[in-house]
Amino acid sequence: MEVVISLAIGVMAGAGVWLVLRPRTFQVLIGLSLLSYAVNLFIFSVGSLAIDKEPIVKPGLAADLVSYSDPLPQSLVLTAIVIGFATTALFLVVLLALRGLSGGDHVDGQEDKA
Amino acid sequence: MRAELVVAPILLPLCTAGLMLLLGEGRRSAKALANVLSTLLSLAIAVYLMLEVDRQDAVAAFGIYLPGNWPVPFGIVLVADRLSALMAVLAGSVGLASLLYALARWQHAGVYFHALFQLQLMGLYGAFLTADLFNLFVFFEVLLAASYGLLLHGGGGARVRAGLHYIAINLMASLLFLIGVAVLYGVTGTLNMADIAQKLPTVPHSDRGLLHAGAAILAIAFLAKAALWPLNFWLPGAYTAASAPVAALFAILTKVGVYAILRLWTLCFPATAGASAHFGGEVLVWSGLATLAFGAVGMLASQQLSRLASHSVIASSGTLIATTGFDAPILSSGALYYLASSTLAGCALFLLVELLERSRQVEVGPQQLDDGQDRLPTFFDAAPPPGVNLDDNEDALIGRAIPSALAFLGLAFVVCTLVVAGLPPLSGFVAKLAMLSALLEVGTTAAWTLFGLLIVSGLFAVTGLMRVGMRHFWTGREGVVPRLRVIETLPIGLLLAASLALTLWGEASLRYTRQMAEALHSPQGYIQAVMSAQPVTQQAGGHP
Repeated sequence: MEVVISLAIGVMAGAGVWLVLRPRTFQVLIGLSLLSYAVNLFIFSVGSLAIDKEPIVKPGLAADLVSYSDPLPQSLVLTAIVIGFATTALFLVVLLALRGLSGGDHVDGQEDKA
Repeated sequence: MRAELVVAPILLPLCTAGLMLLLGEGRRSAKALANVLSTLLSLAIAVYLMLEVDRQDAVAAFGIYLPGNWPVPFGIVLVADRLSALMAVLAGSVGLASLLYALARWQHAGVYFHALFQLQLMGLYGAFLTADLFNLFVFFEVLLAASYGLLLHGGGGARVRAGLHYIAINLMASLLFLIGVAVLYGVTGTLNMADIAQKLPTVPHSDRGLLHAGAAILAIAFLAKAALWPLNFWLPGAYTAASAPVAALFAILTKVGVYAILRLWTLCFPATAGASAHFGGEVLVWSGLATLAFGAVGMLASQQLSRLASHSVIASSGTLIATTGFDAPILSSGALYYLASSTLAGCALFLLVELLERSRQVEVGPQQLDDGQDRLPTFFDAAPPPGVNLDDNEDALIGRAIPSALAFLGLAFVVCTLVVAGLPPLSGFVAKLAMLSALLEVGTTAAWTLFGLLIVSGLFAVTGLMRVGMRHFWTGREGVVPRLRVIETLPIGLLLAASLALTLWGEASLRYTRQMAEALHSPQGYIQAVMSAQPVTQQAGGHP
């Protein structure tokens, strides 16, 4: 499972970085989204991966990470998703505004002269 | 001191902003009034916090509030110590000045200016007062989200273009912030800053590399915010495009990054941190020096006053980051005084920019000379514009009264120059003197480099500002008198008066920053104070 998660994070982060470095605004937006998915998965995975373990303490089961999964990264991911979603939406609005004002989708508002 | 006061500067702007949103799009004067009242009140609370924290005799004095009333390492903690209180007061002062200025005309440029302004203040106060790493991230995002809106305030192609770059850069920095926080949590198992610092020396050797990688990634996020070279190319474009009051408010935004570095680096990696002692200190020093040099050269190269002001912000960030890395309390003391002085002066300079540009109705040179293109500026003003009296013996100039608006602008500009360049007799000079004399005691190669750079950057600043001043005040001006409103000149006057007050009460201010620096560089007091904070029990009648 660790390999699958690591691969997923790596592929998304790599694709995200490549897209963020592209000159088109929409590619940058998708790149930022992919990067934020990668980061969210990463935060989730620092709380040690486990299957069939709950984050909520049950009576009669020792309260340690052997019997439960760590609840904190899950709540952090939740916060990060909400904030990331909001800022990405804002970026989308600015993207559209720039599209309207400059008539193109280059990040600098004009094509390279070279 | 009532502990609830520590949370008041965060709650007050939040509630005010919510109220403004309920008021809808109209009722602008009611919103403006609410904005001024809330800003004034939160500034007053911040000042009270600072005085209260300073009154306690101990080297480290704290106001601690537990918002969720959870025991310490589990819940969020808000802590007001000398540094947080000073930063809060600076944020409040800069906020008040920008707001008063915006009341004259800029508040009419957009509907949600006042609500965004309050949210920006909330984010700033929160970032300065929180002692929890993830909570710091949340407040960072609050202040960034508000700053995106404020940067776009007024609209137009240049602002939207600069805004897009600014948002993209800051989203990347936020992602790095999250990665850093996640790694630190994975290694130490806690998000409380004091608890992280406490657990660092016991981190096993096998995890040390991961810990350092996490700390470095976190630092990159803060340093991009603090405009450290080479992460600062976004700054001049964004700050130049922003409307004047927003740019003035943004003078404190780079200081948020500086604050985070100052707080976390001194807390986590002091000399007593064992294997991690002074981790990255050299990097901070030398990249700070590079930033200072970049800012100084940028000031000299700028043709436009707003770009010059942006580069002065970069130079000030560089100075602060470099002095942090030395881990010398006596140097930090001077640097913290410099932080206060340069923030106030930077804010005043950004406000002056627009007034000066407005007063310059006779455009001597084309505006787009300094539009970020890669070509050498053509030097204009080679031939005097028609109507300029260059002859000393022509009597026509003698006895012409200087309009009071022009006199105010000139005087304010000179005072700003003195503070930014660090010339006597104002606070900039006191700050530089304190840092220079401390550097003599440190005496390493890096210290001597900083010593030289501080003096040279002062020279560059005064050269650049004088050139701009000559172009604005001494070139031909046929009967053109700028129209200023009192509400526009008032905030500039207040900021410069604050700078003067810093000079007049220099002894007391330096004592305050000295105690602050001592507390920062021996973080045991902070760690103990935070870790020993107790939740309020119901029997005591407290409200969680």
